[in-house]
Amino acid sequence: MKALIVSFLLVSTLAVPALAQESLLDEVKDSVQSKEYVSNAFKSTRIINGQSIEMLGAGSLDFRILHRFGLISQGIDQLWGLDQSTTRLSFDYAPITNLLVGFGRSSAKKELDGFVKYRLIQQSRGETVMPVSVVLTAGMMCQTLPWEDTTHPNYFTSRLSFFQQVLVGSKISDAFTVQLMPTLLHRNLVDFVTDASDIFALGVGGRIKVTNRIAFTFEYYHSFNGMHNVNMDPISVGFDIETGGHVFQVHLSNAVGMNERSFLTETVNDWTKGQIQLGFNISRVFQL
Amino acid sequence: MGNMKKRIIGLSIVFGLFALSSIASAQEKYFTKSGAVNFDCSTSVEDITAKNAKGVCVLDTKTGAIELAVLMKAFEFKRALMQEHFNENYVESDKYPKAIFKGKVENCPDLTKNGTYDVVITGTMDLHGVTKRMTAKGRIVVNGASVNATTEFIILLSDYAIEIPSVVKDKISNKVKISVSLWLAPLK
Repeated sequence: MKALIVSFLLVSTLAVPALAQESLLDEVKDSVQSKEYVSNAFKSTRIINGQSIEMLGAGSLDFRILHRFGLISQGIDQLWGLDQSTTRLSFDYAPITNLLVGFGRSSAKKELDGFVKYRLIQQSRGETVMPVSVVLTAGMMCQTLPWEDTTHPNYFTSRLSFFQQVLVGSKISDAFTVQLMPTLLHRNLVDFVTDASDIFALGVGGRIKVTNRIAFTFEYYHSFNGMHNVNMDPISVGFDIETGGHVFQVHLSNAVGMNERSFLTETVNDWTKGQIQLGFNISRVFQL
Repeated sequence: MGNMKKRIIGLSIVFGLFALSSIASAQEKYFTKSGAVNFDCSTSVEDITAKNAKGVCVLDTKTGAIELAVLMKAFEFKRALMQEHFNENYVESDKYPKAIFKGKVENCPDLTKNGTYDVVITGTMDLHGVTKRMTAKGRIVVNGASVNATTEFIILLSDYAIEIPSVVKDKISNKVKISVSLWLAPLK
Protein backbone atom coordinates (compact mmCIF):
# COMPACT_ATOMS: atom_id res chain seq x y z
CA MET A 1 0.00 0.00 0.00
CA LYS A 2 2.86 2.30 0.93
CA ALA A 3 4.50 1.56 -2.42
CA LEU A 4 1.26 2.38 -4.15
CA ILE A 5 0.97 5.79 -2.54
CA VAL A 6 4.65 6.58 -3.07
CA SER A 7 4.59 5.61 -6.71
CA PHE A 8 1.34 7.49 -7.20
CA LEU A 9 2.87 10.67 -5.83
CA LEU A 10 6.06 10.09 -7.76
CA VAL A 11 4.29 9.63 -11.06
CA SER A 12 2.01 12.59 -10.41
CA THR A 13 4.76 15.02 -9.59
CA LEU A 14 6.94 13.83 -12.43
CA ALA A 15 4.22 13.79 -15.02
CA VAL A 16 2.53 17.11 -14.31
CA PRO A 17 5.41 19.32 -15.42
CA ALA A 18 5.92 16.99 -18.36
CA LEU A 19 2.35 17.62 -19.43
CA ALA A 20 2.69 21.36 -19.00
CA GLN A 21 5.54 21.30 -21.50
CA GLU A 22 3.16 20.42 -24.30
CA SER A 23 1.33 23.10 -26.18
CA LEU A 24 -1.92 24.12 -24.57
CA LEU A 25 -3.19 25.11 -27.99
CA ASP A 26 -3.19 21.48 -29.10
CA GLU A 27 -6.24 20.94 -26.93
CA VAL A 28 -8.43 23.20 -29.04
CA LYS A 29 -6.93 22.44 -32.40
CA ASP A 30 -9.48 22.33 -35.17
CA SER A 31 -9.95 18.82 -36.45
CA VAL A 32 -10.77 20.08 -39.93
CA GLN A 33 -8.41 22.36 -41.76
CA SER A 34 -10.35 25.29 -43.11
CA LYS A 35 -10.40 26.30 -46.75
CA GLU A 36 -7.87 28.93 -47.66
CA TYR A 37 -7.98 30.91 -50.88
CA VAL A 38 -4.70 31.42 -52.69
CA SER A 39 -4.25 35.12 -53.31
CA ASN A 40 -1.68 37.46 -54.82
CA ALA A 41 -0.82 35.30 -57.80
CA PHE A 42 0.30 38.46 -59.58
CA LYS A 43 1.10 41.96 -58.40
CA SER A 44 -1.34 43.47 -60.85
CA THR A 45 -4.48 42.66 -62.82
CA ARG A 46 -2.37 42.65 -66.03
CA ILE A 47 0.72 40.60 -66.65
CA ILE A 48 2.12 43.11 -69.18
CA ASN A 49 -0.38 43.84 -71.96
CA GLY A 50 -2.98 41.18 -71.25
CA GLN A 51 -5.13 40.27 -68.28
CA SER A 52 -3.80 38.21 -65.39
CA ILE A 53 -5.82 35.95 -63.07
CA GLU A 54 -5.40 38.58 -60.36
CA MET A 55 -8.43 40.65 -59.34
CA LEU A 56 -8.86 43.78 -57.23
CA GLY A 57 -10.32 43.86 -53.74
CA ALA A 58 -13.95 45.02 -53.53
CA GLY A 59 -14.19 48.80 -53.69
CA SER A 60 -10.76 49.27 -55.22
CA LEU A 61 -10.16 51.64 -58.13
CA ASP A 62 -7.08 51.09 -60.23
CA PHE A 63 -5.86 54.05 -62.27
CA ARG A 64 -3.47 52.78 -64.91
CA ILE A 65 -1.07 54.76 -67.07
CA LEU A 66 0.43 52.72 -69.90
CA HIS A 67 3.27 54.10 -71.93
CA ARG A 68 5.16 52.62 -74.88
CA PHE A 69 8.26 54.19 -76.37
CA GLY A 70 9.44 53.74 -79.96
CA LEU A 71 11.64 50.96 -81.27
CA ILE A 72 15.02 50.57 -79.63
CA SER A 73 16.44 49.53 -83.04
CA GLN A 74 16.07 53.12 -84.28
CA GLY A 75 19.27 53.92 -82.46
CA ILE A 76 20.57 57.21 -81.16
CA ASP A 77 18.70 59.41 -83.69
CA GLN A 78 15.47 58.64 -81.86
CA LEU A 79 17.26 58.09 -78.53
CA TRP A 80 16.54 54.38 -78.87
CA GLY A 81 12.85 55.09 -79.21
CA LEU A 82 12.49 57.35 -76.20
CA ASP A 83 11.52 60.27 -78.47
CA GLN A 84 8.27 58.56 -79.42
CA SER A 85 5.40 57.40 -77.32
CA THR A 86 1.91 56.03 -77.32
CA THR A 87 -0.23 55.82 -74.21
CA ARG A 88 -3.31 54.24 -72.76
CA LEU A 89 -5.08 55.61 -69.70
CA SER A 90 -7.67 53.55 -67.88
CA PHE A 91 -9.76 53.10 -64.79
CA ASP A 92 -10.61 49.65 -63.46
CA TYR A 93 -13.06 49.25 -60.62
CA ALA A 94 -14.11 46.26 -58.52
CA PRO A 95 -17.70 46.81 -57.31
CA ILE A 96 -17.66 43.43 -55.55
CA THR A 97 -15.10 40.71 -54.93
CA ASN A 98 -14.53 38.60 -58.06
CA LEU A 99 -15.82 41.24 -60.46
CA LEU A 100 -13.82 43.90 -62.24
CA VAL A 101 -14.97 46.41 -64.83
CA GLY A 102 -12.65 48.71 -66.72
CA PHE A 103 -12.64 51.51 -69.21
CA GLY A 104 -9.67 52.91 -71.11
CA ARG A 105 -8.49 54.94 -74.04
CA SER A 106 -5.44 54.43 -76.20
CA SER A 107 -3.80 57.25 -78.13
CA ALA A 108 -3.26 54.94 -81.11
CA LYS A 109 -6.38 55.12 -83.34
CA LYS A 110 -8.00 57.08 -80.48
CA GLU A 111 -9.41 53.75 -79.41
CA LEU A 112 -11.76 53.33 -76.48
CA ASP A 113 -12.04 50.01 -74.72
CA GLY A 114 -14.09 48.50 -71.96
CA PHE A 115 -14.09 45.10 -70.32
CA VAL A 116 -15.74 42.94 -67.70
CA LYS A 117 -13.71 40.38 -65.80
CA TYR A 118 -15.22 37.76 -63.53
CA ARG A 119 -13.44 35.23 -61.35
CA LEU A 120 -15.39 32.01 -61.64
CA ILE A 121 -13.07 29.85 -59.54
CA GLN A 122 -10.38 30.90 -57.13
CA GLN A 123 -7.47 28.61 -56.35
CA SER A 124 -7.67 27.21 -52.80
CA ARG A 125 -5.88 25.00 -50.31
CA GLY A 126 -6.80 23.27 -47.09
CA GLU A 127 -10.21 21.66 -46.72
CA THR A 128 -11.12 22.24 -50.37
CA VAL A 129 -8.25 21.92 -52.79
CA MET A 130 -8.65 23.73 -56.11
CA PRO A 131 -5.41 23.79 -58.08
CA VAL A 132 -6.34 26.61 -60.48
CA SER A 133 -8.12 29.92 -60.72
CA VAL A 134 -10.46 30.41 -63.65
CA VAL A 135 -11.27 33.95 -64.77
CA LEU A 136 -13.55 34.99 -67.63
CA THR A 137 -12.98 38.24 -69.49
CA ALA A 138 -15.00 39.92 -72.21
CA GLY A 139 -14.33 43.28 -73.75
CA MET A 140 -15.06 45.64 -76.56
CA MET A 141 -12.97 48.19 -78.44
CA CYS A 142 -14.09 51.18 -80.47
CA GLN A 143 -11.86 53.24 -82.74
CA THR A 144 -12.82 56.90 -82.82
CA LEU A 145 -10.47 58.26 -85.49
CA PRO A 146 -12.23 60.00 -88.40
CA TRP A 147 -12.70 57.65 -91.35
CA GLU A 148 -9.81 57.63 -93.78
CA ASP A 149 -11.90 56.90 -96.84
CA THR A 150 -15.18 58.79 -97.03
CA THR A 151 -15.94 57.91 -100.65
CA HIS A 152 -17.86 54.81 -99.55
CA PRO A 153 -20.36 54.41 -96.73
CA ASN A 154 -18.85 53.84 -93.29
CA TYR A 155 -20.79 52.28 -90.46
CA PHE A 156 -20.35 52.83 -86.74
CA THR A 157 -20.27 49.08 -86.20
CA SER A 158 -17.12 48.92 -88.34
CA ARG A 159 -15.30 50.68 -85.53
CA LEU A 160 -15.95 47.84 -83.10
CA SER A 161 -13.98 44.76 -82.07
CA PHE A 162 -14.75 42.25 -79.34
CA PHE A 163 -12.78 39.72 -77.35
CA GLN A 164 -13.48 36.88 -74.95
CA GLN A 165 -10.88 35.17 -72.83
CA VAL A 166 -10.68 32.34 -70.36
CA LEU A 167 -7.75 32.71 -67.99
CA VAL A 168 -6.69 29.51 -66.28
CA GLY A 169 -3.81 29.95 -63.91
CA SER A 170 -2.13 28.56 -60.87
CA LYS A 171 0.11 30.04 -58.22
CA ILE A 172 2.29 26.97 -58.10
CA SER A 173 4.56 28.30 -55.37
CA ASP A 174 4.88 31.57 -53.55
CA ALA A 175 7.31 32.72 -56.22
CA PHE A 176 5.96 31.09 -59.37
CA THR A 177 2.65 31.66 -61.12
CA VAL A 178 1.72 30.47 -64.61
CA GLN A 179 -1.45 30.90 -66.65
CA LEU A 180 -2.95 30.05 -70.03
CA MET A 181 -5.16 32.47 -71.94
CA PRO A 182 -7.26 31.03 -74.78
CA THR A 183 -8.60 34.11 -76.54
CA LEU A 184 -11.20 34.76 -79.20
CA LEU A 185 -11.08 38.11 -80.97
CA HIS A 186 -13.67 39.38 -83.41
CA ARG A 187 -13.21 42.41 -85.63
CA ASN A 188 -16.24 43.82 -87.41
CA LEU A 189 -14.04 45.31 -90.10
CA VAL A 190 -10.69 43.96 -91.26
CA ASP A 191 -8.03 45.60 -93.42
CA PHE A 192 -7.83 42.96 -96.14
CA VAL A 193 -10.32 40.50 -97.55
CA THR A 194 -7.88 37.74 -96.72
CA ASP A 195 -7.89 38.63 -93.00
CA ALA A 196 -10.13 36.57 -90.76
CA SER A 197 -12.68 38.42 -88.71
CA ASP A 198 -12.44 35.87 -85.91
CA ILE A 199 -9.01 35.16 -84.55
CA PHE A 200 -8.20 32.45 -82.11
CA ALA A 201 -5.10 32.91 -79.99
CA LEU A 202 -3.58 31.10 -77.06
CA GLY A 203 -1.51 32.99 -74.57
CA VAL A 204 0.84 31.84 -71.87
CA GLY A 205 2.13 34.10 -69.14
CA GLY A 206 3.57 34.05 -65.71
CA ARG A 207 5.73 35.58 -63.08
CA ILE A 208 8.72 34.63 -61.02
CA LYS A 209 9.19 36.58 -57.84
CA VAL A 210 12.71 37.87 -57.38
CA THR A 211 12.09 39.54 -54.02
CA ASN A 212 8.87 40.29 -52.15
CA ARG A 213 8.45 43.49 -54.11
CA ILE A 214 10.03 42.67 -57.46
CA ALA A 215 8.90 40.01 -59.91
CA PHE A 216 9.98 38.94 -63.39
CA THR A 217 7.03 38.62 -65.77
CA PHE A 218 6.54 37.15 -69.22
CA GLU A 219 3.68 36.98 -71.67
CA TYR A 220 3.32 35.37 -75.08
CA TYR A 221 0.34 35.03 -77.41
CA HIS A 222 0.21 32.80 -80.44
CA SER A 223 -2.46 33.42 -83.05
CA PHE A 224 -3.62 30.33 -84.92
CA ASN A 225 -5.45 31.77 -87.87
CA GLY A 226 -6.23 34.61 -90.14
CA MET A 227 -3.18 36.68 -89.49
CA HIS A 228 -1.81 38.72 -92.31
CA ASN A 229 1.68 37.32 -92.90
CA VAL A 230 3.44 40.45 -91.66
CA ASN A 231 2.03 39.84 -88.20
CA MET A 232 4.16 38.52 -85.39
CA ASP A 233 3.21 36.89 -82.13
CA PRO A 234 3.52 39.40 -79.29
CA ILE A 235 6.24 38.49 -76.82
CA SER A 236 6.85 40.60 -73.74
CA VAL A 237 9.14 40.29 -70.76
CA GLY A 238 9.38 42.65 -67.84
CA PHE A 239 9.62 43.37 -64.18
CA ASP A 240 6.91 44.29 -61.71
CA ILE A 241 8.19 46.66 -59.08
CA GLU A 242 5.91 47.38 -56.19
CA THR A 243 6.18 50.40 -53.94
CA GLY A 244 3.42 51.07 -51.39
CA GLY A 245 0.35 51.96 -53.44
CA HIS A 246 1.95 51.77 -56.90
CA VAL A 247 2.99 48.92 -59.12
CA PHE A 248 5.47 49.80 -61.86
CA GLN A 249 5.64 47.36 -64.72
CA VAL A 250 8.70 47.95 -66.88
CA HIS A 251 9.12 45.73 -69.90
CA LEU A 252 10.45 45.02 -73.35
CA SER A 253 8.03 43.95 -76.06
CA ASN A 254 7.53 43.71 -79.80
CA ALA A 255 3.87 44.65 -79.30
CA VAL A 256 2.94 48.31 -79.52
CA GLY A 257 -0.77 47.89 -78.83
CA MET A 258 -2.20 48.12 -75.35
CA ASN A 259 -5.59 46.52 -75.89
CA GLU A 260 -6.41 42.99 -77.04
CA ARG A 261 -7.30 43.90 -80.63
CA SER A 262 -4.21 45.94 -81.03
CA PHE A 263 -1.57 43.66 -79.57
CA LEU A 264 -3.06 40.55 -81.19
CA THR A 265 -3.48 41.96 -84.71
CA GLU A 266 -1.13 44.89 -85.06
CA THR A 267 2.15 43.46 -83.83
CA VAL A 268 4.51 43.62 -86.78
CA ASN A 269 7.85 43.95 -85.03
CA ASP A 270 10.31 41.12 -84.81
CA TRP A 271 12.37 40.35 -81.72
CA THR A 272 15.03 38.64 -83.82
CA LYS A 273 15.61 41.91 -85.71
CA GLY A 274 15.87 43.89 -82.50
CA GLN A 275 12.51 45.51 -83.18
CA ILE A 276 11.46 45.84 -79.59
CA GLN A 277 10.52 48.76 -77.46
CA LEU A 278 10.68 49.78 -73.86
CA GLY A 279 7.40 50.39 -72.11
CA PHE A 280 5.98 50.83 -68.67
CA ASN A 281 2.65 50.57 -66.88
CA ILE A 282 1.93 52.43 -63.69
CA SER A 283 -0.89 51.09 -61.57
CA ARG A 284 -2.19 53.18 -58.69
CA VAL A 285 -4.90 51.61 -56.54
CA PHE A 286 -7.32 53.71 -54.47
CA GLN A 287 -9.87 52.41 -52.04
CA LEU A 288 -13.26 54.03 -52.61
CA MET B 1 11.90 -7.19 -5.54
CA GLY B 2 8.99 -9.51 -4.98
CA ASN B 3 6.48 -10.32 -7.59
CA MET B 4 3.70 -8.83 -5.48
CA LYS B 5 5.54 -5.56 -5.03
CA LYS B 6 6.13 -5.28 -8.79
CA ARG B 7 2.50 -5.79 -9.43
CA ILE B 8 1.53 -3.16 -6.89
CA ILE B 9 3.92 -0.64 -8.38
CA GLY B 10 2.66 -1.37 -11.87
CA LEU B 11 -0.90 -1.03 -10.72
CA SER B 12 -0.19 2.18 -8.91
CA ILE B 13 1.42 3.68 -12.00
CA VAL B 14 -1.75 2.92 -13.89
CA PHE B 15 -3.76 4.52 -11.11
CA GLY B 16 -1.41 7.46 -11.10
CA LEU B 17 -1.94 7.99 -14.80
CA PHE B 18 -5.67 7.76 -14.35
CA ALA B 19 -5.53 10.34 -11.61
CA LEU B 20 -3.41 12.50 -13.86
CA SER B 21 -5.75 12.38 -16.77
CA SER B 22 -8.54 13.46 -14.47
CA ILE B 23 -6.38 16.35 -13.29
CA ALA B 24 -5.71 17.36 -16.86
CA SER B 25 -9.37 17.42 -17.73
CA ALA B 26 -10.47 19.19 -14.53
CA GLN B 27 -12.18 22.55 -14.88
CA GLU B 28 -9.08 24.67 -14.73
CA LYS B 29 -8.58 25.48 -18.35
CA TYR B 30 -10.32 28.20 -20.24
CA PHE B 31 -10.27 28.90 -23.95
CA THR B 32 -11.57 30.89 -26.89
CA LYS B 33 -11.38 30.46 -30.63
CA SER B 34 -12.70 33.90 -31.43
CA GLY B 35 -10.33 36.18 -29.58
CA ALA B 36 -10.09 39.74 -30.84
CA VAL B 37 -6.56 40.79 -31.68
CA ASN B 38 -6.27 44.24 -33.22
CA PHE B 39 -3.28 46.32 -34.12
CA ASP B 40 -2.56 49.90 -35.01
CA CYS B 41 0.62 51.21 -36.62
CA SER B 42 -0.84 54.44 -37.95
CA THR B 43 1.10 57.59 -38.57
CA SER B 44 -0.07 61.15 -39.18
CA VAL B 45 0.06 60.33 -42.91
CA GLU B 46 -1.76 57.03 -43.00
CA ASP B 47 -4.29 55.14 -40.91
CA ILE B 48 -3.17 51.55 -40.62
CA THR B 49 -5.34 49.36 -38.44
CA ALA B 50 -6.36 45.74 -38.70
CA LYS B 51 -8.69 43.42 -36.86
CA ASN B 52 -8.48 39.72 -36.27
CA ALA B 53 -11.42 37.95 -34.64
CA LYS B 54 -10.02 34.44 -34.81
CA GLY B 55 -7.44 34.39 -32.05
CA VAL B 56 -7.14 31.00 -30.39
CA CYS B 57 -6.23 31.08 -26.71
CA VAL B 58 -5.96 28.54 -23.90
CA LEU B 59 -5.37 29.57 -20.28
CA ASP B 60 -4.52 27.06 -17.59
CA THR B 61 -5.54 28.78 -14.36
CA LYS B 62 -3.74 26.22 -12.21
CA THR B 63 -0.30 27.00 -13.60
CA GLY B 64 -1.08 30.37 -15.13
CA ALA B 65 0.20 29.09 -18.44
CA ILE B 66 -1.32 30.90 -21.40
CA GLU B 67 -0.99 30.52 -25.14
CA LEU B 68 -2.44 32.66 -27.87
CA ALA B 69 -2.16 32.04 -31.60
CA VAL B 70 -3.40 34.19 -34.47
CA LEU B 71 -3.48 33.40 -38.16
CA MET B 72 -1.78 36.29 -39.95
CA LYS B 73 -4.09 35.97 -42.96
CA ALA B 74 -7.10 36.48 -40.71
CA PHE B 75 -6.17 40.12 -40.10
CA GLU B 76 -8.68 42.29 -41.88
CA PHE B 77 -7.88 45.78 -43.13
CA LYS B 78 -10.24 48.43 -44.43
CA ARG B 79 -8.25 48.58 -47.65
CA ALA B 80 -7.77 45.39 -49.65
CA LEU B 81 -4.41 46.52 -51.00
CA MET B 82 -3.09 47.16 -47.51
CA GLN B 83 -4.09 43.66 -46.50
CA GLU B 84 -2.33 42.26 -49.55
CA HIS B 85 0.84 44.16 -48.79
CA PHE B 86 0.69 43.16 -45.12
CA ASN B 87 0.60 39.48 -46.05
CA GLU B 88 2.92 39.61 -49.04
CA ASN B 89 5.59 42.10 -48.12
CA TYR B 90 5.64 42.67 -44.40
CA VAL B 91 4.73 39.61 -42.32
CA GLU B 92 5.15 37.12 -45.20
CA SER B 93 2.13 35.05 -44.20
CA ASP B 94 2.85 32.16 -46.52
CA LYS B 95 6.21 31.62 -44.87
CA TYR B 96 5.13 32.52 -41.34
CA PRO B 97 1.40 31.81 -41.13
CA LYS B 98 0.93 32.34 -37.39
CA ALA B 99 1.97 34.60 -34.57
CA ILE B 100 2.11 32.69 -31.28
CA PHE B 101 2.47 33.96 -27.74
CA LYS B 102 3.42 31.44 -25.05
CA GLY B 103 3.77 32.58 -21.50
CA LYS B 104 2.45 32.84 -18.01
CA VAL B 105 -0.10 34.93 -16.20
CA GLU B 106 1.56 35.83 -12.89
CA ASN B 107 -0.77 35.32 -9.92
CA CYS B 108 -3.47 33.93 -12.13
CA PRO B 109 -6.81 34.47 -10.36
CA ASP B 110 -9.51 31.87 -9.77
CA LEU B 111 -11.88 32.51 -12.63
CA THR B 112 -14.84 31.06 -10.75
CA LYS B 113 -14.80 34.08 -8.43
CA ASN B 114 -16.22 37.41 -9.52
CA GLY B 115 -13.85 40.35 -9.59
CA THR B 116 -11.51 42.53 -11.58
CA TYR B 117 -7.96 41.29 -11.53
CA ASP B 118 -4.92 43.16 -12.76
CA VAL B 119 -2.31 40.72 -13.95
CA VAL B 120 1.13 40.68 -15.50
CA ILE B 121 1.83 38.39 -18.43
CA THR B 122 5.34 37.33 -19.36
CA GLY B 123 6.45 35.03 -22.10
CA THR B 124 7.72 34.81 -25.63
CA MET B 125 6.16 35.98 -28.85
CA ASP B 126 6.93 34.22 -32.09
CA LEU B 127 6.25 36.49 -35.06
CA HIS B 128 7.73 36.53 -38.57
CA GLY B 129 10.19 33.81 -37.61
CA VAL B 130 11.60 35.76 -34.66
CA THR B 131 10.99 34.74 -31.06
CA LYS B 132 11.29 37.47 -28.46
CA ARG B 133 10.64 37.73 -24.74
CA MET B 134 7.97 40.21 -23.70
CA THR B 135 5.94 41.42 -20.74
CA ALA B 136 2.52 43.04 -20.75
CA LYS B 137 -0.04 44.24 -18.25
CA GLY B 138 -3.48 42.75 -18.51
CA ARG B 139 -6.82 42.69 -16.80
CA ILE B 140 -9.24 39.85 -16.23
CA VAL B 141 -12.84 40.66 -15.38
CA VAL B 142 -14.98 37.82 -14.07
CA ASN B 143 -18.71 38.32 -13.79
CA GLY B 144 -20.48 35.03 -13.30
CA ALA B 145 -19.93 32.91 -16.37
CA SER B 146 -18.45 35.75 -18.35
CA VAL B 147 -14.68 35.96 -18.27
CA ASN B 148 -13.00 38.75 -20.24
CA ALA B 149 -9.24 39.02 -20.43
CA THR B 150 -7.73 42.10 -22.04
CA THR B 151 -4.28 43.48 -22.63
CA GLU B 152 -2.60 46.18 -24.62
CA PHE B 153 1.08 46.38 -25.46
CA ILE B 154 3.53 47.77 -27.96
CA ILE B 155 5.98 45.88 -30.14
CA LEU B 156 8.57 47.21 -32.54
CA LEU B 157 8.47 45.88 -36.09
CA SER B 158 12.24 46.12 -36.21
CA ASP B 159 12.45 43.64 -33.32
CA TYR B 160 10.75 41.04 -35.50
CA ALA B 161 12.76 41.68 -38.68
CA ILE B 162 9.76 43.28 -40.39
CA GLU B 163 11.29 45.86 -42.67
CA ILE B 164 9.72 49.14 -43.68
CA PRO B 165 11.13 50.29 -47.03
CA SER B 166 12.47 53.85 -46.98
CA VAL B 167 9.83 55.15 -49.44
CA VAL B 168 7.03 54.42 -46.96
CA LYS B 169 9.02 55.15 -43.82
CA ASP B 170 6.82 58.07 -42.75
CA LYS B 171 3.62 56.18 -43.52
CA ILE B 172 4.10 53.14 -41.32
CA SER B 173 4.97 53.32 -37.66
CA ASN B 174 7.66 50.98 -36.40
CA LYS B 175 5.78 51.01 -33.07
CA VAL B 176 2.72 48.80 -33.25
CA LYS B 177 0.04 48.95 -30.60
CA ILE B 178 -1.59 45.58 -30.15
CA SER B 179 -4.82 45.17 -28.20
CA VAL B 180 -6.26 41.84 -27.24
CA SER B 181 -9.70 41.01 -25.85
CA LEU B 182 -10.58 37.41 -25.05
CA TRP B 183 -13.94 36.10 -23.87
CA LEU B 184 -12.92 32.86 -22.21
CA ALA B 185 -15.10 29.80 -21.69
CA PRO B 186 -14.35 26.65 -19.68
CA LEU B 187 -12.52 24.02 -21.71
CA LYS B 188 -14.19 20.63 -21.52
